[in-house]
Amino acid sequence: MIGKGIPRGFIITLKNFFRTPVTVQYPDRKVSIFEYAKIKKKNIFKLFFSQPMLSLKISLGLISVPSSVEQSQRFRGNEFTFFEERCTACASCAKYCPLGIIEIVSVPGGFDAQEGESYKLDVFDIDIGRCMFCGLCVEACPYDALHMGTKFEKSTYVRDNLIITKEELAKSEKSPSSFYRPQFEKEKFDPFKDNIKDHYKAGRHEKPEYKDLKKKWVDDR
Amino acid sequence: MSLETRPVTVNLGPQHPSTHGVFRMRVTFDGEEIIDVEPIFGYLHRGSEKLAEERTYSQIVTLTDRMDYVSSMLNNQAYILAVEKLCNIVPSPRGVWLRMIASELQRIASHFVATGFLLQDLGALGTPLIYCMRERENILDLFEMLCGARITNSYLRPGGVFMDAPDVFWPALSRSLGDIEKSIDEIEDYLSGNEIIFSRTKGTAVLSSESLVNASITGPMLRASGVDWDLRHRNPYDYYSEITFKRILHTASDNYARYWVRVQEMRESLKIISQCIKNIEPGPVRPSFDDVPRLVRPEPGDSYAAIEGSKGELGFYLVSDGGISPYRMHVRAPSLINLTLLREMLVGELFGDLFVIFGSVDLNMGEVDR
Ligand code: SF4
Ligand code: SF4
Repeated sequence: MIGKGIPRGFIITLKNFFRTPVTVQYPDRKVSIFEYAKIKKKNIFKLFFSQPMLSLKISLGLISVPSSVEQSQRFRGNEFTFFEERCTACASCAKYCPLGIIEIVSVPGGFDAQEGESYKLDVFDIDIGRCMFCGLCVEACPYDALHMGTKFEKSTYVRDNLIITKEELAKSEKSPSSFYRPQFEKEKFDPFKDNIKDHYKAGRHEKPEYKDLKKKWVDDR
Repeated sequence: MSLETRPVTVNLGPQHPSTHGVFRMRVTFDGEEIIDVEPIFGYLHRGSEKLAEERTYSQIVTLTDRMDYVSSMLNNQAYILAVEKLCNIVPSPRGVWLRMIASELQRIASHFVATGFLLQDLGALGTPLIYCMRERENILDLFEMLCGARITNSYLRPGGVFMDAPDVFWPALSRSLGDIEKSIDEIEDYLSGNEIIFSRTKGTAVLSSESLVNASITGPMLRASGVDWDLRHRNPYDYYSEITFKRILHTASDNYARYWVRVQEMRESLKIISQCIKNIEPGPVRPSFDDVPRLVRPEPGDSYAAIEGSKGELGFYLVSDGGISPYRMHVRAPSLINLTLLREMLVGELFGDLFVIFGSVDLNMGEVDR
């Protein structure tokens, strides 16, 4: 039974033994003192003499640094990015969601600089405890108000906390993924480094000039 | 004095690590030999077909991801083809090429999983499985670039795909094709000549091609018995008629043949992908929303579309009553139908081969129970 096959298999496992590992240590990874100095941008000798205890601990492998997983720009994460200024409360997202987990209550009286008169949002709840991150709501949003987020590390102890409200969405980090938003890919926006502060930047539309707006909404009326 | 023996009935599963999901078998042994098998399934039933009756045609794509969760792209493709047939949608060429690339990548990923778990069932704890999973990871990374998700893709839409591939995708794809080619070589080197695998898999669970055809078993299981039946060739959907590839056949119809067919099919898939890359041209990836709105409302009628899935003929049957959601959706799940000969395969074999035979069918409980 023993022939050439088994030794050849062992050669391949031996080759793999010397490959660089593909696994990523997550969420923390151990670092050597050289790497630690590089991450903290410190001179290694300075680090060693100023904080000898810390250096010793690092050398013994007691200190770990947070590691990140490589993600694509289009990653559909669970921290939705929402720009209330852009939202007209049209409820397209709520209608297109296969699970019906977006709750929208709106009242008349909102105003959007780009889209004109609109409804005002009273309630905008997403129950991400039931969400499957399919992104259909983002696809349906005609005003680029709702985007998938790229972060996925938000966890809670209580199930009710998974219902994210308008206020939480307003506070959350504005690092949208480029899922169904080709404008981010065109502008080379990197959600892992940048944030979008100006909601005009998030849309497909140009930012309107003040005089155009005045003409449209004041003079022509 | 002769020893008195009597058959023992053992309950395997539903939460057994080797049953590829939640599958339960009531097996009767006479010593080491299997004399009776009774499969019991339904533990993963989520009612996808019923759920589909409440959702619009575009929303059902997300349900199909969760049927066979190691080949979601292929499920998407089969479902979308059925919708396109039902609504007479003419797909955009670039969208079709993109979905062919995606589904062939998914086929490779699925076969990697099948090969890895077959070896795991053989007792090669860990190593080959981890090698296969490592290569599959490349493909999942490509999917993440394409559609933002790794397993539950929902990449396809009626008429094409939802978004064009990003610029980083194409170099990564050509790099991965080389990597996958090398790793298939490695797996073949590693396993196809291995004497232990020969002795364990050759000549076990042999099925005649007649019984396979009579039980309407399709996919690599059927091709391992020498029947040339591949829907990509027999009934070309999408643009498979413009593509040349070799149909992989084996005549032994045992566990080794099934494994071998899968490994060789991965190579053919690579060739198909490189032909797709040559043929793809710039253009829109889906028809405009004037032609195909998000809420399609087909005429009353029905349609059936089938593709060559990673496990066999995967078909979707849709009945429309003119509303926004189907009146009935039925899935021809290859995993379920490939299980029909389980009893014939297992009876007479030894206990040690039980899970190997089970693994060689390459089933996915998400699809069996739906
Ligand atoms: S990602 Fe999908 S499931 Fe989640 S809220 Fe949006 S449409 Fe609904
Ligand atoms: S998020 Fe978009 S789709 Fe949803 S209500 Fe606001 S504007 Fe409409």
